[in-house]
Amino acid sequence: MFFTYLWRELRRRMRQAIFIAVGLALGIGLVITVTAASAGVKNAQASVLHSLYGVDTDITVTKAPTAGTNGSGFGFGFRQAIGTGTAPKAGSKIDNNTLSAGGTLAALSSADVTGIAKMQNVAAAAGALTLTDRTITGTVPALNFNNTGGGFRNGGGGSSGSGNPSSFGANFGFNTFSVNGVDIANGELGPLSTGKISSGRTFTTADSSSDVAVVDSSYATQYKLKVGGTIAVGNSKNTATNFKIVGIVSEPAGANPADVYIPLGVAQTLANLKNDVNTIYVSATNSQNIDSLASSISRAVPGSTVTDESTVASEVTGSISSAASLANNLGKWLAIAVLVAAFLLASLLTISAVSRRIREFGTLKALGWKSRRIVGQVMGESIAIGIIGGAVGVGLGILGAKLVGKFAEPLTATLGTTTGSATPGGSQFFGGSGGGFTGGGGVPGGGTTGSGNPFRGAFSAARDAAPTVTTHLNAPVTISAVVAAVVLAILGGLIAGSFGGWRAARLRPAAALSKVA
Amino acid sequence: MYKLTDVTKDYPKGRATVHALRGVDLEIADGEWLAIQGPTGHGKSTLLQILGGLDRPTSGSVMFDGRDMAKLRETQMTKMRATSVGFIFQTFNLIPTLSAQENVETALVPLGVSDRSRRARAAEALASLGLGDRLRHLPGELSGGQQQRVAIARALVKEPKVLLADEPTGNLDEDTRDEIIGLLEKLWQEKGLSMVIVTHDSTIARRAERLGTMKNGKLTVRQTV
Repeated sequence: MFFTYLWRELRRRMRQAIFIAVGLALGIGLVITVTAASAGVKNAQASVLHSLYGVDTDITVTKAPTAGTNGSGFGFGFRQAIGTGTAPKAGSKIDNNTLSAGGTLAALSSADVTGIAKMQNVAAAAGALTLTDRTITGTVPALNFNNTGGGFRNGGGGSSGSGNPSSFGANFGFNTFSVNGVDIANGELGPLSTGKISSGRTFTTADSSSDVAVVDSSYATQYKLKVGGTIAVGNSKNTATNFKIVGIVSEPAGANPADVYIPLGVAQTLANLKNDVNTIYVSATNSQNIDSLASSISRAVPGSTVTDESTVASEVTGSISSAASLANNLGKWLAIAVLVAAFLLASLLTISAVSRRIREFGTLKALGWKSRRIVGQVMGESIAIGIIGGAVGVGLGILGAKLVGKFAEPLTATLGTTTGSATPGGSQFFGGSGGGFTGGGGVPGGGTTGSGNPFRGAFSAARDAAPTVTTHLNAPVTISAVVAAVVLAILGGLIAGSFGGWRAARLRPAAALSKVA
Repeated sequence: MYKLTDVTKDYPKGRATVHALRGVDLEIADGEWLAIQGPTGHGKSTLLQILGGLDRPTSGSVMFDGRDMAKLRETQMTKMRATSVGFIFQTFNLIPTLSAQENVETALVPLGVSDRSRRARAAEALASLGLGDRLRHLPGELSGGQQQRVAIARALVKEPKVLLADEPTGNLDEDTRDEIIGLLEKLWQEKGLSMVIVTHDSTIARRAERLGTMKNGKLTVRQTV
């Protein structure tokens, strides 16, 4: 009788039932779409952050250099001579290959790595040393160095002056690439963790003191490097060592990878930076502990910049952050508003329907129906409408999510365009030295201007751009979102039914019957 | 069966109070037929509702089968209505979305009768009133007389001790009225139940054993035969 009565009643009030169900469906559909879009943005953020930040890495520790102290000291080997006005001999041969820690990251001690690894809530810690290999080859041309304001003298001054720096530069071959010393013992963390070996192999513990390298796939393609070949890596004494290439690694878009990876110990030796690292990658035992762990590390390593994923996320700009803001703010509140309106509408219409059925319920009470049974009947009808609305809403939500996925513009994420913070893999090239010849250096940031490599700006201009990742927005509808939507729909039905049932339960049979008698 | 002693019923109406019943004393024996007449608004329906446990008196006692209905809890009152009292209304009060058979079944729902038995008893009750071929018809598809017969079947299917009817012929034409009155009289005789009918219709009133007249909330009863 319950279902027969319920079904017949819904059929009688078909138009109203459809109206309520559509209202609920719109609310539920919007909730699902917004949830899916929000999840999509979150997934996109996570994938972006992983590519920018590293898998399994919860915290990174870096240190910004103090002003004026940073600089590679790299040059032609006659820097002092330029400063003192002594001209290099025309026809001198230059062939320098230097490996140094130029950039915006100051040194941290290997002891910091072991200290952090021993801290509570730390699962693992790995150090990494970001270096730059620079090679200059050529012959010094005959130049007039007596003019003041020449290109060599002013680190950030550009090419004003009467010298002829461009013709000078044209006599040399320049090559630079980034080298990353990888902590092989903790290979699951650090700069290689985001990459995928596309050819050859990654490092093994047996490689820790060998001259072996893993090369980034883009760099390998550009310079036609293959597994089994060699790559020359410089050292602090301006000479080169041939490294055997054991693997090619593909890093995800936006990861801003190093060009060449070599074992950390070997890198430290070559750069004469024994016991130095400039990035520490930390994995926490539990994601809940990341905040407190970050504070502990800050205290343990004074002057360090401790970055966790949320810090990186806050530095992400571009359409992805607009989309996140849209989904989290406007979308969420719109969905809540529509849902509340739908609930309210359903409640009002149910109360109104109950009011129109006073005689019916009065009669049933006169026949001995308990109030509970009548309330149950009203609630059953409302819940049925809620379920129908929920089912339609889930369909609408899935459709909405698909439309979002289909028509949404690709999302872009740009990390740290303005902060120049020492985010690993992000802005380590920021700042740096003023580009003497190009006059284009001096990107504001954590670095310093001054005595660095005057060619730096020219060589790494492309890499100085903050890493930008473009990702497509998928709006996944999860089972939990569907379940939550159905629960919401039933809740809507329950709320509406409760109001209607409350109205029905309060009816005194005599009053109900006398109103129509 | 019923013994009412000094029953009053007051309703608030705005700032005033309506005294619908003013000290009603009444006894109704088992199997007795009482008709109640009187002008509109003088307390007939109120008295019927108190007899049927749809309302409670403001004061006085309403004994039904030895129990004071005024003191029953709501659940007990509901149970009493479900088991012992059959109602017939002027406007039939059938559920418009349910078929004739299902409408009759609604009276058996609170008694916890099984589905199959409920259907069988409802069909039987309707057949006994000449509606065996109208089981699946909705109220809207039936004439006024047929609807009232469905309502009578609904009132009697649970075999109540008392049948309370409020203007049962008020919405019917003359021929149908006679048909329904004849039917009620026949059922009263066959089933031996008590019957209280509130009516304006003197034809019905004359056929009852006793006739009560309500005026200004006071009841006077006399024998008709």
